[in-house]
Amino acid sequence: MASHESTFRPTSRAGKWIDERLPLPRMMHGQFVDFPTPRNINYLWTTGGLLTFFLGVQIATGIVLAMHYVPTAADAFNSVEHIRRDVNYGWLIRNIHAVGASFFFVAAYIHIARGLYYGSYKNPREVLWILGVILFLLMMATAFMGYSLPWGQMSFWAVTVITNLFSSIDAVIPGLGTRIVQWLWGGYSVSSATLTRFYALHYLLPFAIAGVVGLHIWALHVVGQNNPTGLDIKSASDAVPMTPYAVMKDVFALSVFVLLFAWFVFYLPDYLGHADNYIEANPLSTPPHIVPEWYFLPYYAILRAIPDKLLGVIAMFSSILLLIFVPWLDTSRVRSAKYRPVYKWFFWLFVVSVIALGYLGSKPAEGEYVWWARVFTAYYFLHLLVVLPIVGVMETARPLPRSIAESVLGKAAPKQRAGAGGVS
Amino acid sequence: MQKEADLTSHSAEEPNRRDFIVIAAQAFAAVGAAVALWPFIHQMNPDASTQAQASIEVDLSPIREGQAITVSWRGKPVFIRNRTADEVKAARAVRLADLKDPLARNDAMPERTRATDENRTKSGKENWLVLVGICTHLGCIPKGQSMGDARGDYGGWFCPCHGSHYDTAGRIRFGPAPHNLEVPPYEFLSATQIKIG
Repeated sequence: MASHESTFRPTSRAGKWIDERLPLPRMMHGQFVDFPTPRNINYLWTTGGLLTFFLGVQIATGIVLAMHYVPTAADAFNSVEHIRRDVNYGWLIRNIHAVGASFFFVAAYIHIARGLYYGSYKNPREVLWILGVILFLLMMATAFMGYSLPWGQMSFWAVTVITNLFSSIDAVIPGLGTRIVQWLWGGYSVSSATLTRFYALHYLLPFAIAGVVGLHIWALHVVGQNNPTGLDIKSASDAVPMTPYAVMKDVFALSVFVLLFAWFVFYLPDYLGHADNYIEANPLSTPPHIVPEWYFLPYYAILRAIPDKLLGVIAMFSSILLLIFVPWLDTSRVRSAKYRPVYKWFFWLFVVSVIALGYLGSKPAEGEYVWWARVFTAYYFLHLLVVLPIVGVMETARPLPRSIAESVLGKAAPKQRAGAGGVS
Repeated sequence: MQKEADLTSHSAEEPNRRDFIVIAAQAFAAVGAAVALWPFIHQMNPDASTQAQASIEVDLSPIREGQAITVSWRGKPVFIRNRTADEVKAARAVRLADLKDPLARNDAMPERTRATDENRTKSGKENWLVLVGICTHLGCIPKGQSMGDARGDYGGWFCPCHGSHYDTAGRIRFGPAPHNLEVPPYEFLSATQIKIG
């Protein structure tokens, strides 16, 4: 882990005793109390804390819901209604869990965009970034399986359509795709067997996420946090201790975010869902217009933009898997887009594309909606595969400040206080 | 110490007995692990009770010309349509070159059978069309069974999810679906009775 002088001094006898045997308090102190944090991080750096908070909320509410939910095709739909109507505070816990999933994704998307804008994926943070992509994939799998559990019409048909994506493998190896789909289903269609196994995995994956979050934080604390300038911490005046500075900032941001969250939980619990999911699953009738949850819409739009089944599936999966290679696709030596006058515009175009794809994913796949989805899908891939490598080489970056402290305090930065690494 | 270093040294010219034992043991462990994994993978495949729901019998007598019913077979919807003479004529008039998927997709016929209307129905019972009612794109149930349903540009079925159009023989004509609707294995037990599966 990033080396810094520990200020941990156990004073009590018990404290000293444990410090010589299992120095867990020392480790926590080193990682979360006196850990050097760049002094210039803005509120976008509070999203990591938000995500950790929401993981905890989802696990806590999920365990409670599991005590009342029945994972069979016959009873699942009714048991969710039972939770909402009969279980003491079931309505509250269920609303927190359902809305919590959406807010988890809000925080994740801001977190990812932050990383892309400030170049937080660049050397030496590649592993940190890749762990983030893995977390994102695990989150998506967990959310998808969780959405199947209420066993409404949207749940059922979302599972049908998404598991059928694997049948596209039939175009490469005939029969294999169908075998995989039947293996996933445990039958010849989505059935009670499918629901029960999704439930088991939905319970398991959050703990896998928690494990990878541990690795993500470990990797972060080895290389240290990025910051809006993209510069490394070079001297003591560039950093502040994590507690109280960064922690207080996290707590304030969390309070504001939770206010918004509570507004949805109490007043708009179904706003982010779909009305058709309050109709019990019917394997013999597909709703006229099926859409995934809002956080999957951009990928759904990419899937539908491609007129070929197999290529559509490949495009959808590669839109996420490509993110793994971003640290090497971006050729710029400057991390932060703040100092990249050309790339900055392309970045916002990318953000607009993703939002536009999200809108188009919610519309029927016909007419000009498909046409626009193709335009934005094209830009999504062009951005990652062409813009990132080429702009990084062509562009002349704006001059960087000499240090994080200088970017905050101007030229009057206390250079003399710098103990080490004052050279830039 | 010196001796131990020699034993584990990989710069030795000749692989020795210990190298062989190590590789053999590792290979044995790998095969063992793979074998032990199989039950944990195979348990997810369709179980015996699911496979047991193999066949159903359906009485066709209440289905008038132009009407259709949907029955459930192996958890999947099966469309049974009593086609009008015009619908049969339309299905037979289609040239094979105009089809997106040239294969019959009839479980009772060889895999490479061509997708003529004759190859997707039983001879002498051309008005009856029996299909697995699952869009071959991503598994939605196409519209077209009820009288008021949209039936798409080719008068058969229309999948509302991603806009696939099927003709009156259940063949894909337009849209993202790659294959014709599947014809399940079935036989006529009598003039008005079929057994599916």
